[in-house]
Amino acid sequence: MELTRDALEIPETLKGKYEPVIGLEVHVQLRTRSKIFCGCSTRFGDPPNTNSCPVCLGLPGALPVLNREAVAMAVKAALALNCRVNSFSRFARKNYFYPDLPKGYQISQFDQPLAEHGWIEIRSEEGQAEGGPQEKGTKRIGITRLHMEEDAGKSIHDGFPDSQDKSYVDLNRSGTPLAEIVSEPDLRSSAEAYDYLTRLKQILEYLDVSDCNMEEGSLRCDANVSVRPRGQQELGVKAEIKNLNSFRYLQKALDYEIARQTQLLERGEKVVQETRLWNLEQQKTVSMRSKEYAHDYRYFPEPDLLPLAVSDAWQKEIQQTLPELPDAKRRRMVSQYKLREYDAEVLTASQALAGYYEKVAAAGADPKLAANWVMGNLLGALKAAGKQIGESPVSPEALAGLLALIQDKTLSGKMAKSVFEEMLSTSESAKTIVGRMGLSQITDSDQIRDTIRNVIAANPKQLAQYKSGKTSLIGFFVGQVMKETKGQANPQKVNELLKEELGGA
Amino acid sequence: MSLDISNWKIEDVLRSLRSRETTATEICQASLARIAAENPKNNSLITVTQERALARAAAIDRMAASGERLPPLAGVPVAVKDVIVTEGTRTTCGSRILENYVPPYTATAVERMEAAGAIVVGKANCDEFAMGSSNENSAFGPVRNPYDLERVSGGSSGGSAAAVASGMAVAALGSDTGGSVRQPASFCGVVGLMPTYGRVSRYGLVAYASSLDHIGPVGRSVKDVAVLLSAIAGHDPLDSTSAAVPVPNYVSELDGNLKGFKIGVPREYFAEGLSSGVRTQVEAGLQALGKLGCEMVEITLPHTEYATACYYIIATAEASANLARYDGVRYGYRAPGAASLSEMYQKTRGQGFGAEVKRRIILGTYVLSAGYYDAYYLKAQKVRHLIAADFSNAFEKVDAIAAPTAPTPAFRIGEKTANPLEMYLSDVYTLPGSLAGIPGISVPCGWSSAEGDGGSSSEIKKLPVGIQLLGKHFDEARLLRLAHQFEMAGGVA
Repeated sequence: MELTRDALEIPETLKGKYEPVIGLEVHVQLRTRSKIFCGCSTRFGDPPNTNSCPVCLGLPGALPVLNREAVAMAVKAALALNCRVNSFSRFARKNYFYPDLPKGYQISQFDQPLAEHGWIEIRSEEGQAEGGPQEKGTKRIGITRLHMEEDAGKSIHDGFPDSQDKSYVDLNRSGTPLAEIVSEPDLRSSAEAYDYLTRLKQILEYLDVSDCNMEEGSLRCDANVSVRPRGQQELGVKAEIKNLNSFRYLQKALDYEIARQTQLLERGEKVVQETRLWNLEQQKTVSMRSKEYAHDYRYFPEPDLLPLAVSDAWQKEIQQTLPELPDAKRRRMVSQYKLREYDAEVLTASQALAGYYEKVAAAGADPKLAANWVMGNLLGALKAAGKQIGESPVSPEALAGLLALIQDKTLSGKMAKSVFEEMLSTSESAKTIVGRMGLSQITDSDQIRDTIRNVIAANPKQLAQYKSGKTSLIGFFVGQVMKETKGQANPQKVNELLKEELGGA
Repeated sequence: MSLDISNWKIEDVLRSLRSRETTATEICQASLARIAAENPKNNSLITVTQERALARAAAIDRMAASGERLPPLAGVPVAVKDVIVTEGTRTTCGSRILENYVPPYTATAVERMEAAGAIVVGKANCDEFAMGSSNENSAFGPVRNPYDLERVSGGSSGGSAAAVASGMAVAALGSDTGGSVRQPASFCGVVGLMPTYGRVSRYGLVAYASSLDHIGPVGRSVKDVAVLLSAIAGHDPLDSTSAAVPVPNYVSELDGNLKGFKIGVPREYFAEGLSSGVRTQVEAGLQALGKLGCEMVEITLPHTEYATACYYIIATAEASANLARYDGVRYGYRAPGAASLSEMYQKTRGQGFGAEVKRRIILGTYVLSAGYYDAYYLKAQKVRHLIAADFSNAFEKVDAIAAPTAPTPAFRIGEKTANPLEMYLSDVYTLPGSLAGIPGISVPCGWSSAEGDGGSSSEIKKLPVGIQLLGKHFDEARLLRLAHQFEMAGGVA
């Protein structure tokens, strides 16, 4: 049975009755310069079949030689994901025929993977009380294994004049190193799956072992989904969902699949074990092949490669290259800068952003003010300009310079915003702009008082109205004073002094 | 008055070049002339690389003329089994599926041999993808035994052995997975060595069974085989399974006495199935070894009887994966007229592969299949360890092992093709050594009358018999010395 779009909504009563169980299999391309078993470049986007050699073309007689850098990156990822790295692991051949698989088998790892028994922490509603307190709980998601394998090439089925009856193959990608990261079936909702993938991606980006670019395919995700009555121990029959090539699709596909299986069970029907594809146009998962037609991959140890040995010494060496990871960084920033949990979360989204923020703070800016400016004005401006944090026209030091002018009351918040606008377009320092534009806050009481008196004198009608009780006109006088001072008068002072002058007039 | 090199050894080539008696070009032409005369009879070579060979010979002559020191294989005409890739020269693997395949690179072993001055005169016929024991599985027709054209050359390196035996080339490269160098060497009366697994790079050797495949030299003397091995052995960064064990000078290690050398004679290799003619010759060979000062020790290799079954599980399992790449997509034969991808695969492989290759792919696919893996593949791996342990145990007591290379001399063409199992048994004495990864050499050990020909009215043909000597891992130097001394002493008449 298929679902209509409307059927995606599961009644709350069913949500209480059934529990989804989800595990994710994530493939990430490791960003080595050369391929996993030969010296060819891994560059994306080069003309088809130019990055190829006898090894990655699977020519007769060619043999694989393992790229040490790829192993180092995989070990680094494994350690960051709290895995136990096996001192010996083994490559295996996974046999199947496909035109973009030049050897007719993929060199992967099977019964002896590189690393096992890891976990990452996600946010979870599970720990959350009914009604929803502000602080969500956390939950550990187990990582069954991390293993290494080679990527296949790409089949291209359209875009050519003869695509009607021909397909083309580009083997540039063939042999790109992959790490496959398999989670335990610990995820209980599409939101948890989304959060898991977000955090996994964040960690891998921190490690700089992958571009994690879902559009270019350097991060790909399949999901195993089953549904069972709540309280039941054994798992329900699962479907494997492929083709989840964005975070949005992941969540949509999971929601669809959970609803589909829930309704099947509720009607007393059976879920069939099968592989399903997320169909973008139809916005639903569609059966690809059932269990009877599942591949028998006939794994066996790869005789062309020796067992992979990772010594304790090498592991330690790699361990020492691990950067501070997102969770640790977030916790440290909360305590070091007294940031709110949420702010720390936003600021640690990427290593570059966190680094930027910490530089601003290190340059003397007030940590909370700095957090507000980085998250608000800076990220807003970068997003509007379509730029990454690394491309910011305003350096952390320059931003700290601007914030210092706020802190010493040279600039009001509003003035600072216009200076910041200028900084974005000219990359000049705040001081330079303030000097050039003659912008500096007037805080001198006498100077302000003089202006106030002039304004009051010039507006006798409004003064009379104010005196007769229309006190809301204070806003009018503030406006006039600010206008006279070209906005440079300290607004707080203006308010204070105006009240004095109006009261005494 | 043309030069005849049909009995030359490597040292004859070198001597004549150094003394300027002749040139590499003349030697090459003599080799090509011999090929033109003999190849139509015995079908040893699939491709003759005349132009390339002459160009390389001219380069050697320029070297000689300029007074440069000539490398150890300078001007030596060699044949290369057609499962070893050669850039720009088609490499067919004896298969229709690669009939017109021209590789863009050269195998490490060939590269090293050529760097040592060797001249490749042709690509040698072989059983399709090195699967066979008689060379009858070649898509290019069987190789005929130079000593009796009605008989097989042995296989799968039949072309390499017959090319050397018939004087087309001075030496050759073959490949040995379960006996494919040693058995044809024995059938054709030449010397053939399977080095230790990992001694010679497999880069560019088209894989049949990766954990068992070895490139090995074939020559007219043990010394020639030693010269060739010295040139091609050693670690290759392109083959992860090639060993970083130092390469001795195998030639200078040939001399020296064999006093106190202990030779194990495995009981299991002289049991049922060994023809009386071969038995007689090999027993005479053992006596000759005794006269050289070797001590004979009876040993037992108790798991020998499981070797054939074990081999045909492991080798075919690996083959089923290794041959998956011949799918008609990127290179090689593609069947016309297919309406779908799977039909293209089926037709291409159905038409492109011969019967024995298909049999082994099916067998290998089966033993790796879900539900059968443990019972077949995994069990065979365990048996393989036991067979290797048999040898390790034996080598605690002896320095080398002597046995027949094959149970019979060369059999008649067509004699065993109807019964694959009977064919498989012709490798019964070579398979255990392959599974253990130890080095083995077949050396001529006299002549035997052809089995079953006794009553024939025609003249009784004498066929070559080989004795097989097996050594410890990476102990090629002593193994070659033993073989060389045996040969120098006259072997067996």
